[in-house]
Amino acid sequence: MVRLITHNLLACHAKGCTSNNFPLQFKDIQVELREAEFNSDFLRGFLPRIEWAALVDASRQLGDTSLPAEQPEMLDDDFLQKLHHVLLEIHVEEGAMICPNCHHVYPISNGIPNMLLAEHEIG
Amino acid sequence: MIPTPDLSHLAREDYQHVYEPAEDTFILLDALEQDAEELQKMKPSICLEIGPGSGCVSSFVGSIVGASASLYLSCDINSRACHCTKRTGDQNKIPLEPINSSLAGPLALRLRRAVDVLLFNPPYVPTHANEAGDAQCGADIAGSWAGGADGMQVTNVLLEQVDELLSPVGRFYLVAVKQNDVPGICQRMTREYGFRCEVTLQRRAGGEHLFVIRISR
Ligand SMILES: C[S@@+](CC[C@H](N)C(=O)[O-])C[C@H]1O[C@@H](n2cnc3c(N)ncnc32)[C@H](O)[C@@H]1O
Ligand SMILES: [Zn+2]
Repeated sequence: MVRLITHNLLACHAKGCTSNNFPLQFKDIQVELREAEFNSDFLRGFLPRIEWAALVDASRQLGDTSLPAEQPEMLDDDFLQKLHHVLLEIHVEEGAMICPNCHHVYPISNGIPNMLLAEHEIG
Repeated sequence: MIPTPDLSHLAREDYQHVYEPAEDTFILLDALEQDAEELQKMKPSICLEIGPGSGCVSSFVGSIVGASASLYLSCDINSRACHCTKRTGDQNKIPLEPINSSLAGPLALRLRRAVDVLLFNPPYVPTHANEAGDAQCGADIAGSWAGGADGMQVTNVLLEQVDELLSPVGRFYLVAVKQNDVPGICQRMTREYGFRCEVTLQRRAGGEHLFVIRISR
């Protein structure tokens, strides 16, 4: 299950691909929505780890426009609920992620991202 | 008592290609259980297991820390292991997030000093270097044990990345056997990175002398 929380942590790691290698762009994806347990402490603690612009962009690629372009300073319950949904309840089951720099294609099948590189691509 | 994860959904066919939990798995579970209270108190945001295999260990950590309290990432070179890990997460209601990759490759950039709990029960059996190399490429059951010279070929690569991965409060649990030279591992991690290394559990089982090393800043 590639959820957006995980997508926000994955970068292209092909040999020589060291700039503009994040975030990966989604292609031809199928998503499923699944409820997850809400935990505001976890969300507050995790927020500093998130690349906000990448998350907003990825959520819009998946058709969710609930997050504001700028990360709000006030973490009210309404915002945390939206963040919870975007980070943890949207599962990308099929499709691919493509590196914006070298265009390496990382397939997703049955919810598992294949980030393996061929021997000559390992840095 | 933390219940051992339910693995009843996995069958003999799965274990032809994916490592079946054994004594080395159980010593790691016991070491984690021993530290359960500390692990709960430290409130880890990110747990990362390298080589989850069946997903047994990550699922156990999830039941210690809490299903919604942390993100449970895991990276295995074996795609079948990733599928088993996902199913084990579903079975035990812990959202495990397997990634098919070697070590922390695609996460390294974004997880710089961000991993609170790092886990690795590596392929630690001493073999010929070629055998370990082939097993890594084959990404099947042999990759779960073939460890090359001193059984350290794969572990050594991760040891060089621990400083980059571990958060300021982070801790790394590593399974090793006697032939891996446990004092040598500890000396190296202390000398080169100033880490604290402790053997928190050791036992003899099934002809192996097993250790769990806990490495922290
Ligand atoms: C000894 S098994 C441990 C499995 C499970 N964690 C347990 O304790 O039962 C080692 C696991 O590491 C995986 N592995 C081996 N080399 C790896 C690598 N370079 N990157 C990620 N996983 C690897 C194997 O596929 C296998 O699942
Ligand atoms: Zn790239």
